[in-house]
Amino acid sequence: MLNHYETVFIANPVLSAPQMKEAVDKFKGIIAAGGGEIVHEEDWGLRKLAYPIQKKSTGFYYLVEYTTGGQAIDRIEIEFKRDERIMRFLTVRLDKFAVSYAEKKRSLKQGKQEEK
Amino acid sequence: MAQNQSEIRYLTPPSVEIKKKKYCRFKKNKIKYIDYKDPEFLKKFLNEQGKILPRRITGTSLKYQRKVSVAIKRARHIALLPYVTDMLK
Repeated sequence: MLNHYETVFIANPVLSAPQMKEAVDKFKGIIAAGGGEIVHEEDWGLRKLAYPIQKKSTGFYYLVEYTTGGQAIDRIEIEFKRDERIMRFLTVRLDKFAVSYAEKKRSLKQGKQEEK
Repeated sequence: MAQNQSEIRYLTPPSVEIKKKKYCRFKKNKIKYIDYKDPEFLKKFLNEQGKILPRRITGTSLKYQRKVSVAIKRARHIALLPYVTDMLK
C-alpha cells in the first residue's frame, strides 16, 4: 500500500552548500532505498526561524514529497533523528485533498516560470 | 408642547448594529486542504500573542477549525510560526 508523504526538514545553518547538498542526497537515497519514489522536492533556502532551535535563529529548509509504504517511514525518521545536521523535521501523510492541492500549486508555479 | 416631549430627538442617530452574518471561509471558497507551509495565511487565525482564535470569532465551521488548529501546530513545530510572542501583527 503506497501512501503520499511529505517531509520538511530544517538543516543546520552552519553547513556549506555542498554539505547541504550531501545531506539532501543522503535522505533522498534513504527514501529510494525504502522503495519510495520522489514526486517533488523544493529548496526553500536559508530562512529565519520563528523561535530559536539549538540556539540558532536561521536554518536551511528543504521539502521532499514522495510515495512509499508505511513501514519505510520509521526507518526514514530514525535516520533524521540520528543525523546531527538536521535540527528539526516533520513528516506528514498527504490525503487526497492535499495531493491535489500540491499538484495545483506546482502547476501554478510552472506556469509562472514559463511566462518569464 | 406635549408632542415635542414624546418625540425624542438625537443629534446623532443611535447606531443600530446590523450583525454581519459570519461564515466559514473554507466552505464558502471550497478550500479542502489547509496548508501548514503558508504562515501568512495561518496568521489570520491567530491573535497578537500567537494563540489560536476561537471559532466564535473567526466563524470557521467545526470541521475546518480542527484542520486549522492542526495546520497551525505543524507550522509551529517547523518554526514557521512562533509558540509564544507579542505583537505578531
